[in-house]
Amino acid sequence: MKKELIELRVNGRSHEIAIEPSKLLLDALRQDLDLTGSKRGCDDSSCGACTVQVDGTPMLSCTMLAASCEGQEITTVEGVSEHGSLAAIQKAYGDWGGSQCGYCTPGFMMTVRHLLSQNPNPTEAEIRGGLSSNLCRCTGYSQMYQAIKAAIDAEQKGMAASR
Amino acid sequence: MRSKREWRRRGETKFLVIPSAARNLLLCFANDERPTTNDDFMTDFSIIGKSIAMVDAAGKTTGSGKYTDDLSVPGMLIGKILHSPYPHARIKRIDTSRAEKLDGVVTVVVGSDAPNPYGILPVGHDEYALALDKVRYVGDNVACVAAVDEFTAERALELIDVEYELLPAYFDPEDSMKAETNLIHDNKPNNIEKDYHHVFGDPEKGFAEADRIAEARFIANEVTHAAMEPHSTLAAFEIDPQTGNPGRLIVQSSTQVPYYLQHKLSLVLEMQMSQIRVIKPLVGGGFGGKSEVIPLEIIAAIAARKAKAPVKITYTREEVFWAHRGRPRTIVDLKTGVKNDGSITAVKARVVQDGGAYCSYGVVTILYSGALLGALYDIPNIQYDGYRVLTNKPVCGAMRGHGTVNVRFAFETQLDELAAAIGMDPAEIRQHNLLKPPCVTVNGLRVQSYGLPECIEKVVERSGWRQRKGKMPRGRGLGVACSHYVSGAANSIIRSDMPHSTVNIKIDRDGGVVVYTGASDIGQGSDTMVAQITAETLGCTIARVRVIAADTDLTPIDIGSYSSRVTFMNGNATLRAAQDVKKQIATAAARKMNCEPGDLIFRSDVVSKKNGLQGPRGDGRPRPSGQAEPGSASPSVSGHVEGQILRGSLQQKRKDEGPKEQLSFEEAVVAAIDFHGALSGTGSYAPPLDARGGKHKGAGVGPSPAYSYSAQVAEVSVDEETGEVTVHKVWASHDCGRALNPVSVEGQIIGSVWMGMGQALTEEMVWKDGMLMNPGLLEYRSPSSVESPEVEAIIVESIDPEGPFGAKECSEGSLAATIPAISNAIYDAVGVRLHECPFTPERVLAALRAKNNAKRINLTEGVDPTSPARFREHGGSLWYRGKGPERHPLDPSRTETPAAVAGDD
Ligand code: FES
Ligand code: FES
Repeated sequence: MKKELIELRVNGRSHEIAIEPSKLLLDALRQDLDLTGSKRGCDDSSCGACTVQVDGTPMLSCTMLAASCEGQEITTVEGVSEHGSLAAIQKAYGDWGGSQCGYCTPGFMMTVRHLLSQNPNPTEAEIRGGLSSNLCRCTGYSQMYQAIKAAIDAEQKGMAASR
Repeated sequence: MRSKREWRRRGETKFLVIPSAARNLLLCFANDERPTTNDDFMTDFSIIGKSIAMVDAAGKTTGSGKYTDDLSVPGMLIGKILHSPYPHARIKRIDTSRAEKLDGVVTVVVGSDAPNPYGILPVGHDEYALALDKVRYVGDNVACVAAVDEFTAERALELIDVEYELLPAYFDPEDSMKAETNLIHDNKPNNIEKDYHHVFGDPEKGFAEADRIAEARFIANEVTHAAMEPHSTLAAFEIDPQTGNPGRLIVQSSTQVPYYLQHKLSLVLEMQMSQIRVIKPLVGGGFGGKSEVIPLEIIAAIAARKAKAPVKITYTREEVFWAHRGRPRTIVDLKTGVKNDGSITAVKARVVQDGGAYCSYGVVTILYSGALLGALYDIPNIQYDGYRVLTNKPVCGAMRGHGTVNVRFAFETQLDELAAAIGMDPAEIRQHNLLKPPCVTVNGLRVQSYGLPECIEKVVERSGWRQRKGKMPRGRGLGVACSHYVSGAANSIIRSDMPHSTVNIKIDRDGGVVVYTGASDIGQGSDTMVAQITAETLGCTIARVRVIAADTDLTPIDIGSYSSRVTFMNGNATLRAAQDVKKQIATAAARKMNCEPGDLIFRSDVVSKKNGLQGPRGDGRPRPSGQAEPGSASPSVSGHVEGQILRGSLQQKRKDEGPKEQLSFEEAVVAAIDFHGALSGTGSYAPPLDARGGKHKGAGVGPSPAYSYSAQVAEVSVDEETGEVTVHKVWASHDCGRALNPVSVEGQIIGSVWMGMGQALTEEMVWKDGMLMNPGLLEYRSPSSVESPEVEAIIVESIDPEGPFGAKECSEGSLAATIPAISNAIYDAVGVRLHECPFTPERVLAALRAKNNAKRINLTEGVDPTSPARFREHGGSLWYRGKGPERHPLDPSRTETPAAVAGDD
């Protein structure tokens, strides 16, 4: 298939890449932009390990064409840390055991980030519901809830301090 | 400090007790290098026992950590494997010429390119990288294309012509055991891979003494690891500058066992092990699924050799299901006898495991099933008959709780039934049958630390068992069960005298501590464990410690991350290596400080004198971490900069200041290097001889230097209309010896319970004529966050006398208790005993209806399960769009399959 030149905006930067129109966003990110943080865990859009945000909405990058994202703002896990330091949610996932093998973690980062942007103070049931788009085989999810609560706390304290 | 509490005195004896003097003698013979019990077993730790983030956590949360599939090298090709569409067939002809001609294809490899057999067990070398003459399961490996990209490789697969001659296939182990012709492997009569028949004590007599005997058949269906990271391997050859030809092979792979991989690659590729380097990048979960050589690892290497270019192969999720190596479907015929006072008098188990098409870990799995009937409770008489059977299905191997889980489900469920029969509380009957360690069980397992009593007490208390059990509304119930697991196998699978783990430590003048360990971190946190033990022992901060792990060129041999051996064995090796360097530092530091090496304390980056000895901080207490020692690391003397002291300035200082009261860690290190000329340490671990088990055939499997213990209470509710079971909460206590990093230990316990719950309620590999009907994560029904209960992890610390800082296993043992805890809770809720797991709504409903004498509902009556379009119950196959595989006319699976046993009683 003939390649075409497209422009992808990822984590605030624009990239011109030549790809087949049939190329999936996940493959374009991983192979053409070397952003290997987003993972592939399945063949059938079931695991969520490839989740990225497209214009703020979590999407399965394994199930969309890269070319269809032209002109949209894509955020991957590589775009989550702040000024070279871990974002509160990243720190909390490390501290509270939200991540064991870490393979599902990039996907969860994107899902949780969206959850908290929509609902800064979710209940436990809302967190459970929010995370159900992603699968993890290591943690049993429990420590993720603790991590998310800790991140919310940290954010609130951080915001209070900067005020 | 050994916890005396665990070592309670024995009452009347059924066990072989080794008198303590003899024991000590034995221990000396076994290993005169065991971890010392002086200050390393103190309780006031600065790093051990503290919850810390894993040392590689940031790489995982930022996406910068590299897993194998994230790697690429210049000129890398992509490999794709052609799999067999038939469960059992002879390959008459393979023609790869059309595929080779496709533009972009570099090479196609087939079985004859690497015809040497291999297998993880020395007794089970029955696999080939690619099929030589026969395929033995749907998904067996036939050929591999290496091409410039995935798309081209996939197209080329369609151009490979293979002519098969179908053979009758065997799918049910009990059918397969009757086979006389068309055997799966010619050298395995009746398709039996291995059978064992063990008798310990006098089971006949035991049953005669029993007041109650229960006997039933239990079935646990097949489950798989489904680690989130699909297997991936990148193989490349380095050009040898002397010959100018391809020389050393570098394999980066998602493996739990780099050393075994190196060994098997050398067998198949006929290369010296020293010419092969195996590197383990980050691994996205294993659970046993990466604990042996998986076909793609060898295939990538032979493809790279033939293509003369690096080749990467990554499985699709469906291929991961075929690669499998999971927990076999197991049929357990179990008989248990108890007295009216609750004492277990005898157990008899006949276990048949549906092992799939190759041996894999099978011989070990079937032995574990029998061996670990012992070492949990005091069982005086055991009879065990185990059959590992070959069938034409993907290969079963080791999975979390290896070999023990399904038998434990049967046993704990039956014990519950017996408790009900004699009118005893289920928690009490377990407390009544405790071991009295230290002891050696009838089947030769040495038990020392034993936290089971406390585990049971804790879950009974936390769950409100006494107040709530039996008093809940109909449809809701509580169930209890226990389990245990080895902390590493006392005998390695390759018989030799080599240590199971070796660790090297290098410290240089910069004060940096580099630990070289073969331990394979697969997400369980072993790198962090190694860093913690090193830092605690050397009294330095964890930030000083760098762990270089699992690279056969750099790190000494560790036999891998399986059988929950890493904390115990690699931890002990790390401890010894750290003690080795510490001793050297202490000798030099003591000279400078004018005291005995034994008078020194290493803590928080400072070497100081012990309690009572003179010094500015004579109390020996560290200052709070992070607070700098005044003057010690500041650039006060010329040539003395943070972290580095130049030799001249050091001599100057020595002259100026005379003996010192304390040294910073860097100063002590520099003193040691100046004194010894170099500073490095090494430590290794081999299990003590007295922990290596009995003499009977098969005695090698089951013995461990220490066992973990676990007790659980599950609270469930059952919808009697739909048969749906909901687990509300699980209280899980686990005796891990000592929790080195509590947050990680809790994570391992919760993860085990969660995986056990998956096997109990939803996870199941569904087969139709040897074809997997649900090869996707959703169809396989891995629970999501909304289906996952709250798990309260309760850590019990029995401080094992031989574990590093007293630590034992914590990643596997909990899994086995979850399934029976749930089945027992279902009984408490609605009064039916489930004998087949997972307890799907169909099975629960069938059991409920059987109890009420109602007609069985056949949910799939009249549907053709080979036509995925009409049968979405279990998802159907993604790749196979038509009917199931063609069958040989004599195929036994064409005959009616026996009825399921759900709710048989
Ligand atoms: S890779 Fe699994 S959902 Fe995208
Ligand atoms: S941490 Fe391993 S899959 Fe989630």
